[in-house]
Amino acid sequence: MASFQPDSHATPGLGLGAFRLAAGGRVDRAKVMNFRWDGRPLTACAGDTLASALLAHGERLVGRGFKFHRPRGILSAGAEEPNGLVAVGSGDRLDPSARATLVRVHEGLEARPQNCWPSVRFDVGRALDFVAPLWPAGFYNKTFIWPSWHAYEGLIRRTAGLGDALHGADPERYDVANATCELLVVGAGAAGLAAALLASRAGATVVLVEQDAEFGGHLLVESCAIDGLPAAQWLGRALAELAANPRVSLLPATTAFGLYDHGHVGLLERVAERTPTSPVRHRYWRVRARGLVLASGALEQPWVFERNDLPGVMLAGAVRTYAQRYAVAAGRRVVFATNNDSAYLAALDLARAGVAVPGLVDSRAEPPRELADLLQTAGVPVYGGAVIAAATGGSRLAAVEIAPLDGAGARLRLECDAVGMSAGWAPAVHLWSHARGRLAFDPERQCFLPVAGTAPLSVAGALAGAHTLSHCFASAARAVAAEASRAGFAVDVGGALPKVEEPRSSPRVDARRVSPGGRRHRQWLDFQHDVTLADVDLALREGFDAIEHLKRYTTTGMSVDQGKTSNLNALLVVAELTGRAPDAVGTTTFRPPYTPVTLGALAGRQVGEFYAPRRRLPAHAEHERLGAVFEEAGGWMRPAWYPRAGESKEQAIAREVLAVRASAGLFDASPLGKFEIEGPEAARFLDAFYINNVRTLEVGRTRYGLMLNENGVIIDDGTIARLGPQHFVITTTSGGAARIGAWLDDWRQCEWPDQDVVVTPVTTQWATVALAGPKAREILSRLGPDIDLSPAAFPHLHVRVGSLAGVPTRLYRVSFSGELGYEINVPARYGAALWRALEDAGREFGIAPYGTEALLLLRLEKGFLHVGLDTDGTTAPSDVGWGEIALKKQADYVGKRSLTRPENVRADRLQLVGLVGEDELLIPGTHLRLDGTTEGSDGWVTSAAFSPTLGKRVALALLRGGRARTGQTVTLFDLGRTGRAEVAPTPFYDPKGERLHG
Amino acid sequence: MLKITCPWCGPRDEPEFTYGGQSHVARPSFDVDDATWARYLFVRDNPKGIHFERWCHTYGCAQWFNVARDTVSHEVLAVYRMGEPKPELGA
Ligand SMILES: [Zn+2]
Repeated sequence: MASFQPDSHATPGLGLGAFRLAAGGRVDRAKVMNFRWDGRPLTACAGDTLASALLAHGERLVGRGFKFHRPRGILSAGAEEPNGLVAVGSGDRLDPSARATLVRVHEGLEARPQNCWPSVRFDVGRALDFVAPLWPAGFYNKTFIWPSWHAYEGLIRRTAGLGDALHGADPERYDVANATCELLVVGAGAAGLAAALLASRAGATVVLVEQDAEFGGHLLVESCAIDGLPAAQWLGRALAELAANPRVSLLPATTAFGLYDHGHVGLLERVAERTPTSPVRHRYWRVRARGLVLASGALEQPWVFERNDLPGVMLAGAVRTYAQRYAVAAGRRVVFATNNDSAYLAALDLARAGVAVPGLVDSRAEPPRELADLLQTAGVPVYGGAVIAAATGGSRLAAVEIAPLDGAGARLRLECDAVGMSAGWAPAVHLWSHARGRLAFDPERQCFLPVAGTAPLSVAGALAGAHTLSHCFASAARAVAAEASRAGFAVDVGGALPKVEEPRSSPRVDARRVSPGGRRHRQWLDFQHDVTLADVDLALREGFDAIEHLKRYTTTGMSVDQGKTSNLNALLVVAELTGRAPDAVGTTTFRPPYTPVTLGALAGRQVGEFYAPRRRLPAHAEHERLGAVFEEAGGWMRPAWYPRAGESKEQAIAREVLAVRASAGLFDASPLGKFEIEGPEAARFLDAFYINNVRTLEVGRTRYGLMLNENGVIIDDGTIARLGPQHFVITTTSGGAARIGAWLDDWRQCEWPDQDVVVTPVTTQWATVALAGPKAREILSRLGPDIDLSPAAFPHLHVRVGSLAGVPTRLYRVSFSGELGYEINVPARYGAALWRALEDAGREFGIAPYGTEALLLLRLEKGFLHVGLDTDGTTAPSDVGWGEIALKKQADYVGKRSLTRPENVRADRLQLVGLVGEDELLIPGTHLRLDGTTEGSDGWVTSAAFSPTLGKRVALALLRGGRARTGQTVTLFDLGRTGRAEVAPTPFYDPKGERLHG
Repeated sequence: MLKITCPWCGPRDEPEFTYGGQSHVARPSFDVDDATWARYLFVRDNPKGIHFERWCHTYGCAQWFNVARDTVSHEVLAVYRMGEPKPELGA
């Protein structure tokens, strides 16, 4: 008779669970932990998973079905679990949809079921099940289309979905690590361990990855002997040898979730699961392996019979695992149903542990004699040529009905509270398929197996079709030999393999996996997405017989388990119903990840402040002292405005603008991209990039330049300065510095490699301060320049090299504000000193520091375009008033040929214009319509602001055929509201440009 | 994540590189007709099989070079310097 643990341990009345076996297992009965399930206190032993602890206490109900909200219990003991999706933790540390079969219980763990309201025992959504026949496959597609999906979306979103999403920032810490090795072994069962042992003995660097927290795979439940030792002892010896080898890395609780190009494998190590004190929760490993052995095992498949979703119906191998590894009986009376030999060993172990086994039902007419004899000896009747026709019970299993397949004989009712079923095994081919390895259907094993040689890696163990430990060891030796030659290490696999004493068994799996008869809408294929045989019938009737179509129409295998216990059954059912061979039906595509990967792990430490390095200006401390509000732009922390006490943002910006117009302002322009172009062919090289003529530029002068791509689209602008016959310095937009640097180098290396020219990026070598305003010259003269600043000696658009107070400087007379302006460049280490010196010199003139906001407003008043803001990916020079210059230049340059393409000369192109008006809709993003247009858009506002200088609102816009529309009015259009604005000439301020000559 | 062998630095991971599209695209002079220019701008090979393409070792030596890559298996069949002719590769 069964001997169960008495209920007298730990928390009074709870014990270790009424279903805990008195002996055996790998859990530590002396270490009892308390946890809460659905708010109720329970106990677990060290080594328990949440699933094993719940089963130990007879907690059968772990969740509700996705669609019909039917009660569901634990099905499996691994990653394939479709029912036991639970919420672990709470608040920001909530882990939704965790698999109860993988969650290790620790002291204080809190877990609760999902997809049920108000509770798992009483669920309102259960009513859905009673209308199940009205709720077939494709129901959404057909029903919720009138009048529109949106009418139903709210209701459906509340009742659908699995688990809760997190709302706060993830407080956990994650790591990313890189590794290389000669051999990566995925899966540390018998085959994986053997592979790691062989390769490590040959001196190779080995990484051994195991999804479970414990190494061993099937060895953790085996009772046979290996090399004369009990399996568990042999496992301990093997692990000790591997752990002692410094060239071997052991990664338990780690899932190889994806296999990518060139031996790159993604691993997710659940660090905190092994080391609860670790500050790192998960570690994402990027491994580059020279050789790769996949020993990822096989997943047992469920039988399809009526009400096979009742809590208590489990996979046979899982029943065995709970008994052997966790010392938990899945039930007090467990019936087994199988179409292959593997369930016999499960039934035998249960019977030997003292659990009542009323029978084993084998669909094959002739059960394997040796195994059947073993069972009969243990007192377990074997029913050959029979199946479970139906399970019965209320919300939990009470009995099964056994039906003989030949129809002779009567049905037999076996009372039981658990079923261990096996419809064969589906090798975990996922990573093999990620590598584009081919699969072929094996009629003997009734599953898809990897076709050797079709992917650059090797398979071993159950994944390679091995059905005994001896076969696992032999396949591992073959795989290591193949991978050693790929990875380039020498290995001798000719030595004796471990000797296993195990019962003789056959790999043969009966083709039958569906019990005949029964109500088809009560026979489940996919437990997680609630797909039944009736859904497949309907999909086929409606013509969705291609497996990828059927999958999407019925949603089979599309839930978070990705069909690990449903895809093979669905495929074989389709093959049978359509009379096609399984190979002809084919499998659906396996995509990474094998199991879900925490997004935080992929991000690693690159979050928050570490997302990207912040670049600080040389005078950053000065801007802080001045109370600047910083905004990040192109990685730089830039002062946006400098509010004084009591000032609003708008007031501060207006004051800064007016200071520049009236006296002088100071702007930190250090992020401007700067490149030195030197060499005999420097002029020729640069001339190929600008619509402006560079060769004719005189030494000591600067010129504004527009740069195009080959489509003739403006990609950047800036100044070209000639410091010597063979020496230029160009500037780019701050945001374009890296991109334009790469652009120049691409052309230099690939198109004109013979040109004698050197391009040097010097953006961060120089601090740049723009000094603008009518008092600019007077202020600059106080810094002791050795450069003659008089307008005659140093006019607008000239450049001088000299010194300021003894500091080397490159001084430009350019202006983005429309006022007299200088751009002062000094070596970056003098940037802060220059800023302070200009502030001091300008104090008596009321000089004001101004930020990027005032800069953009100053240039808007002048109608100067801001590339990327007032232009888009179609804007050509002719659209912004530079058409004539671009066409006049005789020499070729990048983009020139495209300017005369038909598309670029159309009259209705979007062109940059000025807009004025008082309407509040005159803001960036507002769309424009020409008179007579009632649909669509004729353009949009690109820049707009209230001009403090002019006392009115001004804007720039891209408008259809805009350059010919000065004086016309257009309609402003935004989300149904309309207004009017007038197309106005630019510049709005100082149209003759007299002020910048100051 | 591909593994690409830079002709100057040796094998490196893909994130160190920038992809630059098809190699050996000749730039026409600017007096060609619209159709010829449009082919240069917009028409590229899209083979199932060997593709000759440009890569730049942006976060290494910053040098551009050519790669012959199988677009089905992603196998890198050859790596050669800018300006060198297409290598002979068995189909
Ligand atoms: Zn390199």
